[in-house]
Amino acid sequence: MTKTILSVDDSKSIRDMIGFTLEPRGFTVIGAADGVEGLAKLGSQPVNLVVCDLNMPNMNGIEMVRKMRADRRFDGIPIVMLTTEAQKEKMMEAKQAGATGWLVKPFDEAKLVAVVNKLLG
Amino acid sequence: MNPATQSFIQEASEILEGLDVTLLELEASPTDSARIDAVFRALHTLKGSGAMFGFTALSKFLHHFENAFDRIRSGEGTVSADLIQLSLASRDHMERMIARGPDPEAGRPPDAETDALVEKIRRLVETMQPGSAPASDGTPTMRRFVIDFRPSPDAMRNGLRPDLLLAELADLGTADITCLGHHVPALEDLDPTVCHLAWHVVLVTGAGRGEIEEVFLFASDGDLEITELGPVGEPASAPGSASEETPAAPEAAQAAEQVPSKSTSVRVQSHRLDELMDQLGELVIAQARLNRISSDVQDSALAGVAEEIERLVTGLRDATLSIRMLPVELVFGKFRRVVRDLSGELGKQVKLDTRGGETEVDKNVIDSLTEPLVHIIRNAIDHGIESPQERAARGKPEHALVKMQARQSGGEVLISVTDDGAGLDAEAIRARAIERGLLAADQEASDEQLYNLIFEPGFSTAKSLSSVSGRGVGMDAVRRVIEDLRGVVEVKSRPGLGTQVTLRLPLTLAIIDGLLVKVAGVPFVLPLSSVEECVDLPADEKARESGRALLRIRDELVPYVNLDTLFGFDRLDEDDRRIVVSSVDGKRMGLVVDEVVGQHQTVIKPLSIYHRGIEGLSGSTILGDGSVAMILDVTALVKRAQAARRVAA
Repeated sequence: MTKTILSVDDSKSIRDMIGFTLEPRGFTVIGAADGVEGLAKLGSQPVNLVVCDLNMPNMNGIEMVRKMRADRRFDGIPIVMLTTEAQKEKMMEAKQAGATGWLVKPFDEAKLVAVVNKLLG
Repeated sequence: MNPATQSFIQEASEILEGLDVTLLELEASPTDSARIDAVFRALHTLKGSGAMFGFTALSKFLHHFENAFDRIRSGEGTVSADLIQLSLASRDHMERMIARGPDPEAGRPPDAETDALVEKIRRLVETMQPGSAPASDGTPTMRRFVIDFRPSPDAMRNGLRPDLLLAELADLGTADITCLGHHVPALEDLDPTVCHLAWHVVLVTGAGRGEIEEVFLFASDGDLEITELGPVGEPASAPGSASEETPAAPEAAQAAEQVPSKSTSVRVQSHRLDELMDQLGELVIAQARLNRISSDVQDSALAGVAEEIERLVTGLRDATLSIRMLPVELVFGKFRRVVRDLSGELGKQVKLDTRGGETEVDKNVIDSLTEPLVHIIRNAIDHGIESPQERAARGKPEHALVKMQARQSGGEVLISVTDDGAGLDAEAIRARAIERGLLAADQEASDEQLYNLIFEPGFSTAKSLSSVSGRGVGMDAVRRVIEDLRGVVEVKSRPGLGTQVTLRLPLTLAIIDGLLVKVAGVPFVLPLSSVEECVDLPADEKARESGRALLRIRDELVPYVNLDTLFGFDRLDEDDRRIVVSSVDGKRMGLVVDEVVGQHQTVIKPLSIYHRGIEGLSGSTILGDGSVAMILDVTALVKRAQAARRVAA
């Protein structure tokens, strides 16, 4: 069965880049523009991995991770946070909130695929 | 001098450097057959090529030296402290023999020093006692690690799969994995989403500690202990691993034999690498021009080629930069000898522990690192570490420990030197600083501010001048070298517990990813590594000329500065100004610009003499249209803006 990846990011170009990279490799990629939409999508269909930006309007990445981890339905779904070099401290906060791993922007296809493979096997 | 001789001298000095390290390692474990072999091979190579390039006297001398190690290799002698001492002296003597160049045609008259050393070696060989025959050929590249891993209880809920980690670990070599289940509670108390298991792994691998840590990158919140048991072939020192090692060892030995044939290397003179880098820099600039023309012309065929070339240039850049990367171990290796000699000279007992030597940095950074690190280490041993008597009186272990650690963190490499000595004396520093006029007598200063004064020119608190340090030229020179490399020096200290000096260095010096912006029509480049995001400057903020410059970005207040005001430019009548949010030491700060042009591969060129002293500029670069843009030093800008605000307040 194909695995589904939810890309939560307020930047359409990042969502597109994740789609263009992972869809040819046999993943299904769905997108959400912020944390609120992301949680809604998570509740409506099975998702195997979430790639989530830190800074987003309405509900930011860390809040979304907290909400996800508080909901037992989403137990065990890995979350990859997208960060920049300058956001190290935020990253530790996200990790404590329950994020699984991280990817530093700007990243290329190879790094994204490596992190997804590391977490999904 | 002909090029072949030059090449020999270069090779010889590399061999001698390696020999230094190997001899000291051999001193620590005298029965290590792999290291005995390594010494023998080094001497043998030098003897052969020395004779070929006209270093006849050297070759003759080496014959005796090699003889001694041949005896040990065949089990007719053992490594003794005398032998190590003599070998180190011989090594230094060979360095001098090589430095004086090839022998003249007529041969070189015998010199007293060579003869004396030969005589000593001969006597030592005569008195050699047959020792136990060393074990069969060691395989220095294969090492055994014991890894104890207990994920945090939340790990599985948070999406971490221990099975994938263990599989990744097993891919590194031969892994013997034991699952420890004694923390699993009784069935009625069991929460199936909580991770109760732990694993004990014995891994035989050619990979280093860094690669193993990489596997556990996302599992750092669990308990993880990685213990290196040394090369395979030595008796394992940890209990419990003895039974597992027997089946693993022969396979490992085979694997190790295959390793060298796979990776071959080519020796290249370093100036050729510099040339390659220069050419690449020009190529990047030419490619930016092509991009610009292509976007002006709006021809789809040209745009396709331009994009393809951009992709190739980026690939070429990454490949070239990786050629220039060298392991920090090259620098660390030299310090075993430095620490040994220094501690002997100063009557202190010091152990050196190095970690993360496999961390790679740009060749030019490596070349410049030795001198500052020597200063830091000298200071640590001379001023930081107490005499053995003092240490005993304070209940510290007799042997002081100096740790050198390197690790990569994002776009930076952190190199730290930590000692467990007396720590910095804040009061002595204050007194000295006042005496030197660096601090007003009534000025308040935190300990941290005082510690940083040791980097000021002309500062030295040494009670007496020693040959080692204390002329007060040390630490300010360190800071100058590191700042020239676009790095930062930090010092931390705790009284009675020790001092840590950390060097933060950029990974590369030549080309960075930058963000091209315009301020009052003038182009500037911000290093992308310090940029967090770009947002629009809201309309109501534009009118405001002064007052509190704070902007609410997603419920967070971020202070900002107008770069045009800061640089004294006239304000342009732009209606879509942008804020580039950067982060320095975890604090966010907005820089207002007129236009964000986009990402730009930035070839760093030095600043002219006129610009060099200007705070806030770290370099310059050439854009696609041939114009020059300044590279902004975000850290300095933010500090300057903060200082300006304090003055205004």
